[in-house]
Amino acid sequence: MTTANETAVAKYRNNFLKEVEATVEEGHWVKMCMQCGVCAGSCPFGPHWEHSPQKIFMMIRAGKREEVLKSDSMWMCTSCYNCMVRCPRELPITHIMHGLANYAYRLGLSPKGQPNQVIAKLFWESALKYGRVNELKFSLAMYFRDGFVQGVKNALAMQGVGLGLVKAGRLNPMEIISGHTCKDTSGIHKMIAKAREIEDRRRGLA
Amino acid sequence: MTASIATNQTILVVGGGIAGMTAALEAAECGKQVILVEKSPTLGGRTSMLYRYFPKMCFPTCGLEINLRRLRGNPNVRVMTMTEVSAVTGSRGDYNVTLKVQPRYINESCTACGDCGKAVTAEVPNVANYGLDKVKAAYLPHGMAYPQRYVIDPSIVGTPEGEAAKAACKFGAVDLGMQEETLELKVGSVVWATGWRPYDANKIQPYGYDRFANVITSLEFERLCDPQGPTGGKILRPGDGKEAKNIAFIQCAGSRDENHLRHCSRICCMATLKHTQYVREANAEAKSTVYYIDIRVIDRLEDFYQNVQKDPNVSFVKSKVARVALNEANDNPILHGVDTEGYHRYATEHDLVVLAVGMEPEVVGVKLPEDIVLDSSNFIEGSKSGGMFGAGSAASPLDVNRAVQSATAAAMRSIQVIHKTASTEAA
Repeated sequence: MTTANETAVAKYRNNFLKEVEATVEEGHWVKMCMQCGVCAGSCPFGPHWEHSPQKIFMMIRAGKREEVLKSDSMWMCTSCYNCMVRCPRELPITHIMHGLANYAYRLGLSPKGQPNQVIAKLFWESALKYGRVNELKFSLAMYFRDGFVQGVKNALAMQGVGLGLVKAGRLNPMEIISGHTCKDTSGIHKMIAKAREIEDRRRGLA
Repeated sequence: MTASIATNQTILVVGGGIAGMTAALEAAECGKQVILVEKSPTLGGRTSMLYRYFPKMCFPTCGLEINLRRLRGNPNVRVMTMTEVSAVTGSRGDYNVTLKVQPRYINESCTACGDCGKAVTAEVPNVANYGLDKVKAAYLPHGMAYPQRYVIDPSIVGTPEGEAAKAACKFGAVDLGMQEETLELKVGSVVWATGWRPYDANKIQPYGYDRFANVITSLEFERLCDPQGPTGGKILRPGDGKEAKNIAFIQCAGSRDENHLRHCSRICCMATLKHTQYVREANAEAKSTVYYIDIRVIDRLEDFYQNVQKDPNVSFVKSKVARVALNEANDNPILHGVDTEGYHRYATEHDLVVLAVGMEPEVVGVKLPEDIVLDSSNFIEGSKSGGMFGAGSAASPLDVNRAVQSATAAAMRSIQVIHKTASTEAA
């Protein structure tokens, strides 16, 4: 059996732009980029990532499939939307970044252990399991992702914030035991499963 | 008065800039009766506010002088300044036009001697210099003004200043009792040569035109370089009056941008290349840096670009600047962005930033006759019944040369309308 990645490589051959258009959310916008550079210059994280959005769009058009999908650049997007409001061609740049990150993850090419990817995954899993995010379990899972000792250190370092949240009624310590869910958890699970099935079929990831 | 002579054989030209003057003259020299209306107190429009033309670097006064000579010698054109079109009804070959004439407070006896200006102390922003300096409230719009008659700003009418201007006039030309007038005319065809205005740079928030004194528009820069301008032709920073020696030009300031103007304004690249040569002439040491997406110089103008590229004082950075910040120590703007040739991040300090602002049709926000057809950027394409035409930069973002061509074409189309109207009536 071939992996999703091998199938995609065989299907799109050298045309990475076509692949992005067909499989990445808002990917059909990539060809509209006129390489003006406003997104790159407007990004508050600009100096800290390897490839700016402008550069990623050009790399997609140049067929640099591996470099793009294995890059951690699109994972660095903080969704501030600065690029999107300034783009003279109104490209939904923020959404394309998330679409690319998601696609790379689904193909198993995204960088392992990238912190934003870890937090996004934990958030999604929590939301999926309970139908809502359990803040306490979610933050504990974040703290303990690098082992027990580091987890205790993280928790101690954040205890002031945690106690403040408890006092303000924003965090219930009892959530660790049960944690409230939504009314029809199994219904949500079925709904998400169906949505994923439809989306995967459309993107050729089934 | 004028109303009685206009018939459906008359052509109305709206706007007295280079395109309107050309359209009016071309039609008049073919023997047609033309009424040329202009909103401001003088003909010449934005052309008269340029320092020089590209590509030959000659002076607009020359082209204007030729047109004014043609105009003075032609009895077929009636010029009405300070006049706006407030309504157009009817259709091809048979329009009823309502004109509104604002009072000039100076009559035909004016000899432009300037005594009223000397008598007045109040000042108003100088429109001819984009408000960069002030003029007396009794003023001649600019040196090439046609008609060569003073104007009194309405703000001093009814004040002792106004009376002082009246008392100073030896020819009895000051008439403070003038009122706004409304006229109705019949015309056969209308040419809209309403021109353009610079896009409001305040709307381009990241470039800080509204916040930083040393960020100016290309039109203001044009005035700074002109000896008739506010600095007598010296390129001085508006912030502190120091000479600017390291100037950045930001292209597509408002143009080619879905958030601002979606069209390419076409002239700004050539205007900026021309500006780099103003800089060189003012100071052989001064540097120009052009930040651009693409340089769009059209057909034969490519030569001009190639010559500027050879100029060691001019450098080009392929990048749309993301934002302008301020160095508070010296008021220098700092340009932030990433260049497309290598994706290098830069934060470059310049002592003056010139925004090459785009062209917006002057009629944006004005209620036009329902029959008028506009394109997606509000340039005038024509009218449904085919009796009205756009000319010059009202029809498309054009330089002076192409505006004149467009105006000639519009005049020819108008003449056809008049001929067809005449032949139908004869039959």
